[in-house]
Amino acid sequence: MSAQTTDSPSVTTAVDVDDEGRTRFDIVREGARQDGIEIVHYEPPFPVPGTKGERRLQRVVITLFLLTGLFATAFVLIYILWPWEYDRTAWAPNLYTPMLGLTLGLSLASVGFGIMTWGKKLLPHEISIQDRHDGASTPEDRRVTTATLLYMGEELGLKRRKALGLSLLAGLAPVGAAIAAPLIGGMIRDPHKPVSDGGGPPMMTTAWREGIRLTHHDGAPIRPEEVSAGGQITVFPGIPNGASNEHADSPTLLIHLRSQDAEQLRERLYPINAGGLWGNFVAYSKICTHAGCPASLYEQQTNRLLCPCHQSQFLITDNARPIFGPATRRLPMLPITVDDEGFFVAQSDYKVPIGPGFWERP
Amino acid sequence: MRKRRTVDVRAMPGTAANAVDERLQIASPLRALFNKVFPDHWSFLLGEIALFSFIILLLTGTFLTLFFDPSMEEVVYNGSYTPLRGVEMSRAFETALNLSFDVRGGLIMRQMHHWAALVFMASIVIHMLRVFFTGAFRKPREMNWVIGILLFWLGFVEGFAGYGLPDDALSGTGLRITHAIILSVPVVGTWVANSLFGGEFPGTGEIIPRLYIAHVLLIPAILLGLIAAHVGLVFKQKHAQWPGPGRTERNVVGERMFPRYAIKQGGFFAIVAAVIALMGGLLVINPVWLFGPYEAAVVSAASQPDWYVMFLDGSTRLFPPWEIRAFGHTVSPVFWPTVVLPGILTVLPLLYPFIEARLTKDKRSHNLLQRPRDVPHRTALGAMAVAFYLVLTLSGGNDVISETFDISLNAMTWAGRIGMLLVPPLAYYVAYRICLGLQQHDREVLVHGVETGIIRRLPDGRFIEVHQPLAPADEHGHAELDYAGWVVPKKMNRLGALGPAIKGFFYPIERPADAPVSPGHPPVSPRGKQEELEDSSRR
Repeated sequence: MSAQTTDSPSVTTAVDVDDEGRTRFDIVREGARQDGIEIVHYEPPFPVPGTKGERRLQRVVITLFLLTGLFATAFVLIYILWPWEYDRTAWAPNLYTPMLGLTLGLSLASVGFGIMTWGKKLLPHEISIQDRHDGASTPEDRRVTTATLLYMGEELGLKRRKALGLSLLAGLAPVGAAIAAPLIGGMIRDPHKPVSDGGGPPMMTTAWREGIRLTHHDGAPIRPEEVSAGGQITVFPGIPNGASNEHADSPTLLIHLRSQDAEQLRERLYPINAGGLWGNFVAYSKICTHAGCPASLYEQQTNRLLCPCHQSQFLITDNARPIFGPATRRLPMLPITVDDEGFFVAQSDYKVPIGPGFWERP
Repeated sequence: MRKRRTVDVRAMPGTAANAVDERLQIASPLRALFNKVFPDHWSFLLGEIALFSFIILLLTGTFLTLFFDPSMEEVVYNGSYTPLRGVEMSRAFETALNLSFDVRGGLIMRQMHHWAALVFMASIVIHMLRVFFTGAFRKPREMNWVIGILLFWLGFVEGFAGYGLPDDALSGTGLRITHAIILSVPVVGTWVANSLFGGEFPGTGEIIPRLYIAHVLLIPAILLGLIAAHVGLVFKQKHAQWPGPGRTERNVVGERMFPRYAIKQGGFFAIVAAVIALMGGLLVINPVWLFGPYEAAVVSAASQPDWYVMFLDGSTRLFPPWEIRAFGHTVSPVFWPTVVLPGILTVLPLLYPFIEARLTKDKRSHNLLQRPRDVPHRTALGAMAVAFYLVLTLSGGNDVISETFDISLNAMTWAGRIGMLLVPPLAYYVAYRICLGLQQHDREVLVHGVETGIIRRLPDGRFIEVHQPLAPADEHGHAELDYAGWVVPKKMNRLGALGPAIKGFFYPIERPADAPVSPGHPPVSPRGKQEELEDSSRR
């Protein structure tokens, strides 16, 4: 089918498939017509085979396909031969993944552009028109189907024998519940069930209790001298696994206020926080009261704590009250003191639930 | 009868085809499939990018499951990546590291998977914009619009579940915020959060395995089913087309599926795969080894989610600190921007086709697309939605912007709060005016013709520009052409006034044999002075 061009859509004479004189394209066009498709324009890009332009395009496609093979081979060779094991000092392993990506990408791009050029430039350009059969089915079809459906209802006797349908519903509804129960029930955990070690429901409490030491990440207790004025450290409850995610609600910021800042805080101290400071030291929950990220960016100059997730800002010289951003509640203060051995300990748990708000929170 | 050879190779395809047809009778349906006509336009390929990246996601994802273990068991890392040796972490994070450093070619698979997910979501969004702005969601395609919205949200949840799996510092922070979001739901929030996580955050190790099974089985299965339905409906209802010569509501003008259309699709798939492979190899994404394992007390600045989640992060940052506390209960300020807002953003677009049909009293079926300029109200509404989304997305990275450009962070937040309210109506107005302007220019060209760039001086000293009418003009130089809902030529070379482009990159490879028009010849054969030239002064 080299140079078949039918520009006029009005050619509708049927082609006899068995006619000896027909070309293969005639059959194709006739077949398309049977599917409601009219090929109105069919034009090979190179009507004369073997022109310079056609040969040039063929060369382009051939080159692209050969490049595909070349890059794919390079990919396999690099995959096998290139040093890939992590080595901080060597340059080659660092290039392993980029080399793989480069060769794989170029290989796929070559085959993609090769196929694309073949399809777009070497295949005949065509315009076909297919009829749409939109909208509803024929009125007759609809009537027949409706009748069938209604008759099915009559056969079942849904109208006459109402008790059947109702009893089936009554029987099946519990089955649905029976299927859902283990699926959902297995997952349900009561958030109000008190934790094993005394305390209240987990939502309302943390791991802090009276006398629990404030410790470093490695569990070492902390003396006041370790934090210089204006400094802050993250502390964890001094219990087994206190610094692990098991006690994700317990990380606390211990801040050594400069004396004038501490003075300011003492003046503004809320009644609930009274007696919570030890000297110029104050401890606030590190868990942001907005969405639970650690509010850990401490701006020494302005005495603000910033949560990097949603930029809530808390003023540590005023009960860690939120002064900007989406947080509404202050960071709860952990009342602290120093025990006989000179280490920081908690006086009690936080006075209010820490972290983001929830329905049952008073 | 020919003598039967042991194996007749030349007859084999025929024999096989015969055998298949005898059993399945597929000659006629197969031909109908080969012949199915598809309209062609670059904007119809956007959805295909999503489909292709989904295939790549399935392939790379399957590879990753062979090495990843979603276990929260505490282990001490002892793999190849020296900076983290001896660090306690979960088994999930350890295997994510192993995938990056101890599995040959694992890193490129991980990065291709992540990039493909980003491309998947991006192409869904852009495809959705195309469908919206061209009115392709109208009857009879409302159902596919609804499926498309569901696909977006499923992809969103799927991506977020995958983001949470490696249990690195970023994904843990994301889960922490998700936990807060679930907690914020009134009445049931605490129960749901506690049940999903298996206890108070981060729970007793249930959440990652649960996310994993959702990420690798449940959601992909639903996605696959919905994608099949989505594509199946396009097949059944036939693709909508742009208006143009010979194109009506009752036909499809384009090319048959085989061979040219299918070949182009195949090539396009390879190119999408190539781009994802190049990105996966050359561009680092989610370097979990730099973030380290998740610890509840550790977070770094500029911890942003994947781009498609950023608008919710932005809305959370911008929302004012409004907490409701009454009768011993609390509704946290997280609830409104992360539960209520996405709810609205789901329901409104889901209902939009029906709302628009109701308001315009339009009950007909539409198979011809509309140019955005021709439906200014819809285009302006879309621009408004896009502006709203962009303000939220930018606000999701406002800390990075404020640091990069040395702007006050609080000023950025306020700019976002005000911008969220001001920019969308402004976008509506501007888009509406642009639509009207473009419409007007189309009509003007249809009446007066194309600007030729030829300036003439009249005897009385005035300068006028000569216009080339698009159709025979009356004595005032005005043509009577109806707007056909399609591109109006606005430049002379669109009318063939310049010679055809000569093929060849460095030098011409073939001379256009008998070019009907070439630069040497007058572009359009003169039909008479009155018709060809128009005196602008008489407009």
